[in-house]
Order: sequence, then C-alpha cells, then structure tokens
Amino acid sequence: MSAPPEEELPPNITVATRMATFFRGGGIIAPLITVLVAFLAGGLVVLATGHNPIETYSAIFKGTGFNWIFPWLSEDDRIIAALNLQQTLILTTPLILTGLAVAFAFRCGLFNIGGQGQYIIGSIFAVWVGSSFEGMPALLHVLVAMLAGIAMGAVWAGIAGLLKALAGTNEVISTIMLNWIAIWTGVWVFNLGSPLQNDNSDQVDVPVSNDVVEGAKLPVFWGDPQLQGLHLGIFVALAALVVFWVLLNRTTLGYEVRAVGFNPDAAEASGINVRRNYILVMAICGAFAGLGGALDLLGWQFRIATNDIQTHTLAFFGIAVALLGRNTAIGTLLGALLFAGLITGTSVRNLDPTVFEPQLATNLTYMIQGLVVLLISTDVLVVWLLGRRRKRRTAAVAA
Amino acid sequence: MTPKRIGWGAVALGFLAFFVAVPPLTVRSPIVVIVLAVAAMAAGSYAITAGEKRLGWGGIIAGLIGLAGGYAATQSGVENLERVVVWGALGAATLRYATPLIFGSLGGLFSERSGVINIGLEGMMLMGAFFGAWGADVTSSWLLGLVIAIAAGAAFGLIHALFAVTFRADQIVSGTALNLLAVGITGYLFVEIYGDLGTPDDLPSVPNVSLPIDWLPLLGDIFGELNLLVWLALAAVLMTWVFMFRTPMGLRLRSAGENPLAAETAGLNVVRTRYLAVMTSGGLAAMGGAFLSIGFLHTFTQNMTAGRGFIALAALIFGRWRPGLALAATLLFGFGSALAQRLPVFSPSGAVLFQALPYVLTLIAVTGLIGRSIPPLSLGRPLPRS
Repeated sequence: MSAPPEEELPPNITVATRMATFFRGGGIIAPLITVLVAFLAGGLVVLATGHNPIETYSAIFKGTGFNWIFPWLSEDDRIIAALNLQQTLILTTPLILTGLAVAFAFRCGLFNIGGQGQYIIGSIFAVWVGSSFEGMPALLHVLVAMLAGIAMGAVWAGIAGLLKALAGTNEVISTIMLNWIAIWTGVWVFNLGSPLQNDNSDQVDVPVSNDVVEGAKLPVFWGDPQLQGLHLGIFVALAALVVFWVLLNRTTLGYEVRAVGFNPDAAEASGINVRRNYILVMAICGAFAGLGGALDLLGWQFRIATNDIQTHTLAFFGIAVALLGRNTAIGTLLGALLFAGLITGTSVRNLDPTVFEPQLATNLTYMIQGLVVLLISTDVLVVWLLGRRRKRRTAAVAA
Repeated sequence: MTPKRIGWGAVALGFLAFFVAVPPLTVRSPIVVIVLAVAAMAAGSYAITAGEKRLGWGGIIAGLIGLAGGYAATQSGVENLERVVVWGALGAATLRYATPLIFGSLGGLFSERSGVINIGLEGMMLMGAFFGAWGADVTSSWLLGLVIAIAAGAAFGLIHALFAVTFRADQIVSGTALNLLAVGITGYLFVEIYGDLGTPDDLPSVPNVSLPIDWLPLLGDIFGELNLLVWLALAAVLMTWVFMFRTPMGLRLRSAGENPLAAETAGLNVVRTRYLAVMTSGGLAAMGGAFLSIGFLHTFTQNMTAGRGFIALAALIFGRWRPGLALAATLLFGFGSALAQRLPVFSPSGAVLFQALPYVLTLIAVTGLIGRSIPPLSLGRPLPRS
C-alpha cells in the first residue's frame, strides 16, 4: 500500500477507530464502491461462464420490485412490481434485525456470529407460543409470541455474553458453537416423535411444527394475505432501528457500550463495568435476532420444518448487512434493503429462467455477499480513499 | 496414590460404567453401572479437593456420561444393543467420520499456530470437496483430483493470507467472508457445470486399502478396509507433530504465532511464514473436503461440508492447538457421529440431539471448566508495521 503510515489502521484496531477512519475516508462512498466492486466481480463471473451480465442484472433488478417507484411503469408492470416489492420488504424485516444483532455487538467491540442461532431460537419459541394458547385475544397473542422470541433470543446470546464476562471466553467461538447447538436442538424439537412435532394426524411422519393460529398471525397491510402480502413486521423492524439508534446515542448504556468498543481497558479504568456491558450487549443483540425469527414465523412462514432449520442461511446475511452499513442504523437499513432485494430478485419465483438460471443467481448472491464482507474486512478501500484525498489536498495547497 | 492417578482412575471408572453395560460384557443390572459411576464421581471429587482440578472434573463428567449411557443401555433390549454396539463397525465408522475433521483441524493448526485465525476452514473444505470431484471428473484420475483440490484449497488460503497478513484485515471477518464466498463459488460452478443431474456416477474415487488382517478379532474389522485418505490423515497427524515440535521450521512457525516481533528481530520473515502456513492450512482442509466428495460419498452436493469445518475448528480448540490432542478430539467427535448414525434403532429424535454434542463439549472446553484452552499468544494480530 502506498498510503503513508499515519493513515493506516493500527494493528489492534477497535471498532471505533475503524469507524473514525471510515468517516474521514468519505462516509458513504467507501461502501458504495465496495458494492460496486462486488457486483462487477460477480458480473465478470457471469460473463466468464457465457451469460450476459447486463441482462442478468437487469432481470434480477426487475425481480426485486424496486422498479415500483418508477413513475413511468405501466399499470400491469406496477402490479407485478408491487408483488415483488412486498417479497423484498418481507425479507428486509429479518435482515434489519439480524443486521442490528451484529451491529450492536460490533459497537461494543464484540463479533456476534451467533445471529443464526439466536434467530432460530427466537423462531422456535415464537412458533411454540403462536401455535398454542388458542383463544387468547389476537393482539395479545402476537405480542406474547414476539416477546417469547425476544426473550429467548436474548437468553441464548446472553450465554455467550455471560461466558465472556465470567471466563473470558471468546465470543466468536462460543456463538459459533451456540449456532450449531441451536440448529440441532431445533431439528430435534420438531422431529418425528419429539415434543413440538405437529399433532396433525395427517402429518405424523412429517417433521414440521404446528401452524401458528390465526389470532397470532401478524396482519397483512399491503397485498393479498393469501399471496404472502407484506405484514406489519416491517414497522416493528423499523422501530427496532430507532430503538438501536436511541439506545446507542442517547442513553448511558449506549455511551458505555461505545466506550467499551473504543477501548475496554480505558473504559474499565474510568469506572465502567465492562463485564456487565458484555452480558447486556449480547442479550440485546440476541433480542434483536430473536425478534427477527419471531416476525418471520408470525408474519409469513407460520410453521418450521426441520429442513428449513438445517438449510437456513438468512441470518448469516446479517453480518454482511451490518458490515456494509458500518454498524449504523441507517446503514443497516440500506444494507438490508440491498440484500433482501438480491435474495428476492434471484429467487426461483422472480427470476426469468430464460435470462438466467435462478439457481445460478442464488449462488451469485452468495458470492456477492462474500465479496462484500471480504472487501470490508480490510478497509483497504477506505485507506486508499483517504490517501487520495490527502494527496489532492496537498496538491491544491501547492498550487 | 497421587491425586493425578486418582483423577485418571476417576476418568477410567466413568468410561467403565458405560462399557460394562454394552456388548460384549452386557451387564444387565443398573446397580453395577450406578456403583461404578458414583465411584468415578467420588474419586473425581477427591482429586479436585486434592488439587488436581482438571482431571477431577474430567472424572466427574466421565462418571455422569457413563451413568447416563450405561443406565440407558441396561434399560434397552439386548438385541438392539447388539445391533448398535458392534465395536468393529463403530471403530471403522469413527475413523471415517473423523477423517475430514482430522484434515480440517490440522489445517487450522498450521494457520493458527502461525498467528492467523482461520474461521474459513469450512470454506476451504468446501472448495476441496468441489474441486476434488471436478478435478477427478475432468482428469479421470482421483490422484489428480486430489491435487487439484489441494491447489484450490491453497489458493483460498492465499486469499486469506493476502487479506489477513498483507492487508491486515480483521481475520474473523475475512474468514467469514471466505466461507460465504466458497458456498457461492462452488454452488455456482456446480450448477453451471453439472446442472440438475449432479456429478457423474462414475466419478473416480480414492481407493480403499485392504489389509490382510481379517483374522484379527477387532482390529481386522476396524483397520482391514479403510480408505487411503484415512491412513493419510493419521500419517498427517504424526507428520504435523514432528514438523511443528521437532524441526527448526516448526519452531519458526510457532514463534511467528507467539511473538512475531521477536521472531522478526531474530531474522525470521514472519510475513512469508504466515503466508506458507495459511496456504498449507488451505491445502490440508481441502483434503478433508476431497475425502468427503471422492473418498466417502462419491458425489458432490451443494454446501456438502455442512458445518464440518466448524467442528474441525472446535476439535482444534478442544485439543488445545496440539496435533495429538486434536486427533483425540476428532476421534471423540467422530465416535459421536458414528454412534448417532446407529442410535435411531432406539429413538430417531434422540439421535439427532446427539449431533449437538461436539459443540456442547467445545463450549465447555473453551469456558475453562476442564482446563482452559490457551491459544497462541499473538493469534489474530497482524505484524505491526515498522
């Protein structure tokens, strides 16, 4: 790298110094370039394997439904776009929440890879509460089911926080382990003859949960409930973004969290209880992810099959979402929209197979996601931008 | 008797409590199991009070496992027991399940001993699995397939090294990125090349090694007909140990992971060492993946490693970054998988829960209940730029 040494990130970078470097590097430009580079690389792969990248990307874009906002769209196209956009926004909901689960931990200097496990635990308890207690008042039932997801997600992530606080266990390792424990517990709990397998006599040999009862379903407010319209969960996710911002920027806890993220030793020396922060932060992260799982279940999935748990990849997108969004509220929202659009646009349902095979496109999404995370892991782009800026400034001063 | 011996005795008693209840001994009375397990726990507690904490806790846990397993065995039918607990078949299956984990954890060992965290093992294994199958298919030779798999893994290792060492990236983030990237790359190429049909049925596969030891009672069943890669994995453990702890190069590699500045001062090229270590890591992990696709299952399916890279990482941590202990951990996890595969005779759902065992054990291990796993000192820290 050609950048002078004082502009480089120090060897033991904290999240806060990363953020500071990033903002000096030009704010939103670096993530934009990152996404651009990732899409270009993906396009090259598409080109190299003998497909047309421009047609592919425009077909994917059509599938996202984002073209709904274009005023020149014909009436028929608008109806299709609306349907697609509803799907994108349905996926945006859990992505915002799993993104927040990663972002909040990052701000405290923790890396929460456990979003997946926390999401699964949240969805297990939401489906359990949602499919039992029939006859509970509708609004109350939804709230209780959501709270069950939130609480158990918090407990699950809290284990990692507790271990970190008490024994200094690396949260990366413990959250990875908790992911897999959650997956196998989930597979077990809905398996044949297990406690939460459905009681439907037609489905004795299907490893799937009971259906969420009508009263516990989140109401659909845009589109047809029969065609998987958009449910109210998106507003809950947006509210969570506000909670995240307020918690982080307007409360004592948020101040402490950021202080610990900046430098745990200095925070400890100035009287902040770092261990308590670790536990609290992980629990809050788990609450976000657990809520994500609960909203998916109560909003549009209504049941879990053991297969879904094993092949589940949605919560892993949370890492890319948070990193791309620089662990800020608004960034997480934009990152979630981007990846939700990509997932919907490349789904079998929305992508025209004559243009590009949806199965290929799904893997293209994984590749782009991986590239985004890889590029952000270094901040090479940020440092490079900083270097350019400084050069330009010195050039201006000289002239 | 020293507390240490009592501690070991406690561990042995705990396992004995389970062992007496299954074939060939098949003691049917739960009292024997309970007495042995309680003795194990008592000896364990004594060892703890006498200062031997690690072994003592190990004894208590072994006692609990022995109690649960042994009691369950006495309560189930003899026929079922004899169908499940066939030691020869279990032993062979244990080695088969452990092989990808052995390669993976050795790969992790190289990388992490040199100071580079490798969360990307899963991705490297997946690359090996795909490119092993593809290479074997294209060249019609399992050997070349294996070579191509290793090359693909090493290339992935090179990317990790580039980001972790040169760009001084957050190594956990870049490792996570590699896992995601591997799913995308292998999935894309798989769909592009093989489509819906999947890999061809006549995929060349790594041969088994038939030893003329059928007449040996137990060993014949276990070691008589193992895949070549299983033997290679076991050899790799020994070679890794010799390399890491008995050669100057191994010492250099470890010094890069413990104190890179001192190593640099002493004239070692830390950057080059780490590059080579991470690439070796990728190659080894890829061999584990190739074993899955062309040694064991004879096909490739999308995301077929299914978390084995993370179990390998768990085995590495559980084995405290040491080849021998890591081998022991992979065998333990492999035995768990082998047993889980046969348990559905009793209860299909209980067997599923068994799959979570490696992760629970690792979680316990990293919390330091059974002695703390201490990573290399400079794990995850890039070399400060001078």
